[in-house]
Amino acid sequence: MTDRVTPQELLALDSLLTAEEAAFADSVRRLVGDVVRPHVAQWYETGVTPVRDLARELGKLGLLGAHLTGYGCAGVSAVAYGLSCLELEAGDSGVRSLVSVQGSLAMYAIWKYGSEEQKQEWLPRMAAGEAIGCFGLTEPDHGSDPAGMTTRAVRDGDDWLLTGTKMWITNAPVAELAVVWAKVDQGVTGFVVPLDLPGVTVNEIHNKLSLRASATGELVFDRVRLPASAQLPEARGLKAPLSCLTEARYGIVWGALGAARDCLETAIDYTTTRTQFGRPLAGFQLTQAKLADLTLEYQKGWLLAHHLGRLADSGQLKPEQVSVGKLNNVREAIAIARTCRTMLGANGISGEYPIMRHANNLESVLTYEGTSEVHQLVIGQKLTGLSAFA
Amino acid sequence: MKIVVLVKQVPDSGSERSLRADDGTVDRASASNVINEMDEYAIEEALKIAEAQGGEVTLLTMGPDAATESIRKALSMGPDGAVHVTDDALHGSCALGTSKVLAAALRTLEFDLVLCGAESTDGRTQTMPHMLAERLGVPALTGARKLTVEGSTLTVERQTDEGYEVVQATGPAIVSVWDTINEPRYPSFKGIMAAKKKPIATKSLADLGVEAGEVGLAGATSKVLSSAKRPARSGGQKVEDSGNGGADLVAYLSAEKFV
Repeated sequence: MTDRVTPQELLALDSLLTAEEAAFADSVRRLVGDVVRPHVAQWYETGVTPVRDLARELGKLGLLGAHLTGYGCAGVSAVAYGLSCLELEAGDSGVRSLVSVQGSLAMYAIWKYGSEEQKQEWLPRMAAGEAIGCFGLTEPDHGSDPAGMTTRAVRDGDDWLLTGTKMWITNAPVAELAVVWAKVDQGVTGFVVPLDLPGVTVNEIHNKLSLRASATGELVFDRVRLPASAQLPEARGLKAPLSCLTEARYGIVWGALGAARDCLETAIDYTTTRTQFGRPLAGFQLTQAKLADLTLEYQKGWLLAHHLGRLADSGQLKPEQVSVGKLNNVREAIAIARTCRTMLGANGISGEYPIMRHANNLESVLTYEGTSEVHQLVIGQKLTGLSAFA
Repeated sequence: MKIVVLVKQVPDSGSERSLRADDGTVDRASASNVINEMDEYAIEEALKIAEAQGGEVTLLTMGPDAATESIRKALSMGPDGAVHVTDDALHGSCALGTSKVLAAALRTLEFDLVLCGAESTDGRTQTMPHMLAERLGVPALTGARKLTVEGSTLTVERQTDEGYEVVQATGPAIVSVWDTINEPRYPSFKGIMAAKKKPIATKSLADLGVEAGEVGLAGATSKVLSSAKRPARSGGQKVEDSGNGGADLVAYLSAEKFV
């Protein structure tokens, strides 16, 4: 056998990273190897994940709000943050989702739009993983169309009364606080809502066949009384929550590649050792054609993610560019997962191997933070100048 | 408490390693170089002591310029700074020569405790703590699986083949550790970023007052005469059970010191 390289090594992709970025990725890979990989199949099988313990481990490393500055956050580059998402999602999309929602949605919203008091109160604890946050934008009847939200906040003296329902909320069952978006007379605004307040009900969503190593819930607010100080003072209009989504989508552009890489590595390992018709499966041309094609897509996706990361680090990244990344990388990741599944034959559907878990997870990743179709419309509008959303 | 941790850059034991054809020294140029694994446990132990009792942790490395990369990585775990002894004349130093240089470097540092890994994955001589203790006139507590520091009293559980011995010394002293002593931390994001700004003092042989001829290949007391690649793995030994398989298995495992 001649010298072999991994899909990551084939194009020397790591040569595009600084030593520091490689060191960040290395630490996350080690953490995932120790605290996620040995347990994740069981978490997925039982649908029970020790999210709080996991959050503390992730916080210790600096993964929560890693790309934010101050308030106990590490302040790493966009590329380093992206690499972390990749390594986390190579473990499981649910674990990456925990970090995305905590850092890019809940913490980012407070960091970007919150008052100094809100930042001081929440961000250091959230960075340490001692407080878990969630992000309430999607509603049962308003997913891709958040402008149609029915959650409302009305004034009662200086206070607010918040009423409405948020659905498909990652981390909700284990969260101390939610950043909730609601309509007020002036438009959409955000509130920091501690979830132990009277009038708040959190229902865990069971029977998911995807992202089973992640806690998902429904938030119900029934005339929840909030002080004026609960409002995010700098959040004005729907563009505030949408900017948070752009942050989280950027992480997904990288993250999805992690799931893809794990599937590819598993398939290469399996097909080089599994013998059929008297030789390793990987020795057959049809297997090699699959592996070569999938590796091309992995590498193209990585180069795209890296390009977006460098744009972000130079302050030039635009939302429609993130849409390009999310549309391509999640679509390709799920295709990679499905094709890798075929190479493992019947073993491909077994929980003994990570592939079916990744493939099922990526169904959610394809939909959340803007469906593929929404990203097609974002790109289409940018190319034509015509909105085809409604 | 001032703690110095000896850190060595070695070729990754997980990948192909070889000796140079010309002088029989380790081929560092073609190897993937990493921090000697056991040294990470020594760093962790030093950090734990410093965190619990206050103090300063300094790394000491002897090695080529490229070892800086491993020093930065080690610093990202949390130590305060490092001293890097580097000099072209050091190439090919034997264990005795290395101990001469490290002892000279340690004499320039204040320390209450020197920690090191029990062995390196390349040389594997396990002699450095003893040699340094001899040269510096301080006690050596070697092969620790547990270390307790109370004032200047150091108590060590010393791992042996049969069990462990409890040994004690008054600092300053040298303690070498096995990988049973703790679980090294991963460099955190903040640690990685802070490592860039930590001081690494570079020292030459002249700075330490060591003659070039006493160390390196020229001064080496041992020399590689020849070397051969390890033979490919063979099939292994099969224990057939014809009534006394269990006893045979135990005899084999015990002969190989697995039990």
